[in-house]
Amino acid sequence: MSDTDSEDFLSKPQTIRRLWWGFSIVLALTVAAQLVIYVKGYFVVDGWFGFGAIYGFLSCLIMVLAAKGLGYVLKKPADFYQQDEDDA
Amino acid sequence: MPDLFSPALIMLVAALAIGPARGHVRTAVLLLAPLLTLWAIWQVPDGVQGTVRFLSYNIEPVEGSALRRLFATVFALMVFVGGLYAYRLARWYELAAAYAYAAGAIGVCFAGDLIVLFLYWELMALFSTVVVWCGGTPAARAAGIRYAIMHLLGGVILKVGIEGVLISTGSIEIRPMLATDFNTWMILCGILINAAAPPVSAWLADAYPESSPTGSVFLSAFTTKTAVLVLILLFPGEPVLIGVGLFMVVYGIIYALLENDIRRILAYSIVNQVGFMVCAVGIGTELALNGAAAHAFAHIIYKALLFMSAGVVIYRTGKTRCTELGGLYRTMPVTTICCIIGALAISSFPLTSGFTTKSLISLAAANQQMVWVYMTLTAASAGVFLHAGIKFPWFVFFQRDSGMRPKDAPWNMAAAMIIFAALCILLGIAPQWLYPFLPYPMEYEAYTAGKVVFYLQLLLFSGLAFFILLPLMKRTETISLDVDWLWRRAAPWLLRFCAQALQPVLAYSASTWHSLEALSKQLAVNYLGQPDTADSQERGLFARSWPIGATALWIVILLSAYVFIYYTD
Repeated sequence: MSDTDSEDFLSKPQTIRRLWWGFSIVLALTVAAQLVIYVKGYFVVDGWFGFGAIYGFLSCLIMVLAAKGLGYVLKKPADFYQQDEDDA
Repeated sequence: MPDLFSPALIMLVAALAIGPARGHVRTAVLLLAPLLTLWAIWQVPDGVQGTVRFLSYNIEPVEGSALRRLFATVFALMVFVGGLYAYRLARWYELAAAYAYAAGAIGVCFAGDLIVLFLYWELMALFSTVVVWCGGTPAARAAGIRYAIMHLLGGVILKVGIEGVLISTGSIEIRPMLATDFNTWMILCGILINAAAPPVSAWLADAYPESSPTGSVFLSAFTTKTAVLVLILLFPGEPVLIGVGLFMVVYGIIYALLENDIRRILAYSIVNQVGFMVCAVGIGTELALNGAAAHAFAHIIYKALLFMSAGVVIYRTGKTRCTELGGLYRTMPVTTICCIIGALAISSFPLTSGFTTKSLISLAAANQQMVWVYMTLTAASAGVFLHAGIKFPWFVFFQRDSGMRPKDAPWNMAAAMIIFAALCILLGIAPQWLYPFLPYPMEYEAYTAGKVVFYLQLLLFSGLAFFILLPLMKRTETISLDVDWLWRRAAPWLLRFCAQALQPVLAYSASTWHSLEALSKQLAVNYLGQPDTADSQERGLFARSWPIGATALWIVILLSAYVFIYYTD
């Protein structure tokens, strides 16, 4: 069943490739748009060309890495508290 | 007297009527009560509507203002759509509790003084606990108890503050203040506990995901947002709130990224979104307070929408974890589309309600030249798209094929989701319908080409980061430790440790106690005799019958001593 279903539109490798292309073009366009559209910066830097793109990407990178690092300390098995209650 | 009639009472009567009502009558109560409440909300004029003398206090049961009506409106709207969503699935007592809980929230909106506010505040705590318990599982019962303890503690702290303010100022009026002394700090802490601020924010992500699929929709709306309203009323411009808000914003994102349970992801993102509002209250300008109010309005709608879509998935599949879900878009198109609209709105994507409301807060920070606040809020906007905007729909409806082919939402749940999805878009494309109802008049252009380009760059590149970093975000069968570890694990350990450490001391004191007990018993037997001595037996010294002459002799001795002391003094 899942073999036939996985061949639906969104699962085809070809579609995924096309989506990546489409997405990349949209990304490029949003940055290129700044050539013709003035982006008002409140603190100088945020008006720089492509600032939104770089800032968005980098903040997400930092947040994901921070979460990954904290995960080593904070992540526990899903039954962590149940085990404790059983021990008690 | 009608002036003193709070719209919350309509909801409270409805909550009482839900139990006895049956069939279509119950449905009518569920759907008409919020509409009637909505009508009543818009009949409340500005200002205090009358005073009742109770004990020595001037109680003001109803006070109206644009801000209060705005919050009450979205609460009533929430109850209507939540009632539509839940009425066929939820048990009657869960609905009754949810309506009483909403009555508390609406009551807080119109409370004219701190005493009335406190009463409705506790009504919310009480019935929201019942809603958590309606999850019906042992985990829900335990989480409900922890939730109740936290909120009752918050209530006590708030009450201490209110009493203190009453004693020091002689007034119970609701008016702007700053946290400058012990009393005002207590009030602020009491409110912040309900806003899920650090260090006790864990109650939210602990309790909400344990409720029923319908219960969590109601829970997501009221407690934290009434706290935001009360912060706007009592602590506008309190600088400490900026730091608290920024912490909540970042904390919510990091924990949501770590989380596997779909409703817990949404719970952490409530903390994140409320952080934006708390920060705005801290900034305190008219624009910032408008932003906090508008964002709360939009947030209740899109957050409930996201919880509704999660609720449908849990109802249809019985699964709550990202690791067990995936590929549901095939058979749940309506739920998928509504969820995506909610996810775009929470990410403040252009043309959705989040964009037209959250940008007010960012602009307020920029206008006050708060570089770090503005930059953190902007980074957080990207982070919201990462954890709620893409992660949530991606792991539930796309990613891999879980093999499940559940049916889409039942008609009433679909209708509720479509109403809220439509509102998310409506407030996004026509924010001028919301802006006149904000507490302060303002000139604000939601859409400028530059702003749209900036946000599209920010959000779409965080989307790119999501797909590039996807291997780092592989879901695991885990929970993440939060501060509740302190009272769920560390405190019991500490108690057990103390009990063991005190063991020798306790043993020594127990043996001392036993020997003292034995000694006193021996003395009692010597002087008073056995408790059940028969008349014929020899009695203890003080229990014996003495001749009358002995008594007379003792009286003579005592009186002589008295006379002697009296005259020698």
